[in-house]
Amino acid sequence: MSQLAITSLAKSYGALKVFDGLNLEADAGEIVVIFGGSGAGKTILLRLIAGVEEPTAGSIEIGGHDVADIAPEHRGVGMAFQNFALFPHMNASDNIATPLRAAGADESKVAVGVAKVAKLLKIDHVLNHSPRELSNGQKQRTALARALAASPKILLLDDPLRNVDAKLRFEMRLELPRLLRQSGATVLYVTQDYKEAMALADRIAVLANGQFVQTATPEDIYMRPATLGVARLFGDPSINTADTVIETEGGTHVMLGGTRVPLADGYRGFAGREVIFGVRPESVEIGSTGVEAEVIAVTPLNERTVLLLQNPNGWEFLASLPSTASNIPEAGAKVKASFAAAGTHIFDRQTGERLHG
Amino acid sequence: MDHSSSLEKILRSVAITLVLIFFLFPIAWIFLMSLQTNETILRIPPSLAFTPIIDNYTALITGQLRTAAGSLQLNFMQNMFNSVLLSVCSVALSLVLGVPAAYAFARFKFRLGEDIAFTLLSFRFAPALLVLLPLSLYFKTLGLTNTYIGLIWVYQLICLPLILWIVRGYFEDISPDIEHAYRIAGNSWWKTFTRISIPLAKPGIAAAGLLAFIFAWNNFVFALILASADKQPVTVGALAFVTASGIQYGQIAAAIIISITPTLALALYAQRYLVEGLSMGAVKG
Repeated sequence: MSQLAITSLAKSYGALKVFDGLNLEADAGEIVVIFGGSGAGKTILLRLIAGVEEPTAGSIEIGGHDVADIAPEHRGVGMAFQNFALFPHMNASDNIATPLRAAGADESKVAVGVAKVAKLLKIDHVLNHSPRELSNGQKQRTALARALAASPKILLLDDPLRNVDAKLRFEMRLELPRLLRQSGATVLYVTQDYKEAMALADRIAVLANGQFVQTATPEDIYMRPATLGVARLFGDPSINTADTVIETEGGTHVMLGGTRVPLADGYRGFAGREVIFGVRPESVEIGSTGVEAEVIAVTPLNERTVLLLQNPNGWEFLASLPSTASNIPEAGAKVKASFAAAGTHIFDRQTGERLHG
Repeated sequence: MDHSSSLEKILRSVAITLVLIFFLFPIAWIFLMSLQTNETILRIPPSLAFTPIIDNYTALITGQLRTAAGSLQLNFMQNMFNSVLLSVCSVALSLVLGVPAAYAFARFKFRLGEDIAFTLLSFRFAPALLVLLPLSLYFKTLGLTNTYIGLIWVYQLICLPLILWIVRGYFEDISPDIEHAYRIAGNSWWKTFTRISIPLAKPGIAAAGLLAFIFAWNNFVFALILASADKQPVTVGALAFVTASGIQYGQIAAAIIISITPTLALALYAQRYLVEGLSMGAVKG
């Protein structure tokens, strides 16, 4: 049975509809990343689950029980806020101890609990500091420790790495999965950083335009995006696109910049359909066949080198090659580019949905 | 880092000195007056050379005012007691009523909320005398004329809007997430209010309370109309120094010095809260 179940959940503020008809289930111990741009309603979804705001419609079940009439303090969830929301008049230790004390644990148990979670998060040396004396990274860890302290069944993390510096974000991205697994909680993790989502998630739920556009494993989201929107959200640099039409004369193909690019035979049924051809930059191969292009710019980015290419017909696209590759052309070189099938997706131009070939 | 040149420093000290002289001179002058007899105060030209006396203070404290025309009963100490009682009780009542109300106005959107808040503020717009005439009639009917309760009630017109509007701003400055975090951690609404909201708004509550106290203390016209001698505060009581045989400047000065003492002491005590309170919005981390 799922630990958390959201059914037909809707929230609107007056005429402003945030989302509508959200469905999501999460098993015990599962890490589900809620991914979406700013303003998509990710934070509001967490607030609804925590109970500090009420949904307009739909139900939330925690451990099989509808929590509509249960106050936030009795829902047994832990939450870490994007802005940390530490209690400024208490030191780090008292902050972390709050859920333990609220549960009525005696002081010796509180001390043990605080020490344990503080050690886990490596903040045991700053427990006596007040929040204003903590660095952003320490604040973030304190907030996380507070959310974890009482071992909640459901852990809601609202973009906890948003306000910390890049180095710490990278470290925490490595550390968090182990930490969250250890807690055993069902985790809903909100972020708008696709790398974070890919690194942490068992499943990713992509929230856009008030809907979960796709809920799937990180691999599925990346390799089989449901829509052009999802494909654009995941990947850096993001997917190349070109408007074209599927043709079947002499084999299924599309015309890209005046060159025939063959497609899998499965797309035969979509003959004449106006589509968007999408190809991930890392699936662009530079070789002796394919679309003609001139190299406009070469940008080395550590382990990858990104090429900006322009077809004689004006189509600009990016290619991302391993920096160790031997065939990296110079700027100004004339090359030919072909596209690996695995990173190539065809989307309907009207609906943006991926066509399955 | 201090980049100012020595010239700037000197100019700044001069400016500060001028401001201090401007504001403190009347008080210093009144203090000097309180140590003189009427004759030395009124001589022409005025002089700083005089023999200080404390008769004015003893007269106030013992309640015996000796003038050229004879001895007069004073109940200045009773006025003083009334002032303290009225101000303290009014502010206390206003805090009890106003702080939760301010929280409600800050946190919850409800029907007519803004209208109610504005109406409460509008009590400060009407000239007191306009309110007083109908009020004195009502008070007669209700039997509230010349009672402490009646006066404390009327003083809410002064204190409540002030506390409500100042404290509301401080509650609005507290991130709702901090309160949410405390609730999610397993605490009831009431506990969150008393353990998180109130402590975090404390500087604002202290500042508002102090301001309300000063306004209540300095009020004159409510007590003048609605109370008689035994319930009147010092502001009204000072009228007694205008006697048949002339105005008792020395006693008035002494009365002023005594009557500003409590507010001054309170302000000095609450100063740190005030500074912290008035600057909190700017430095919130």
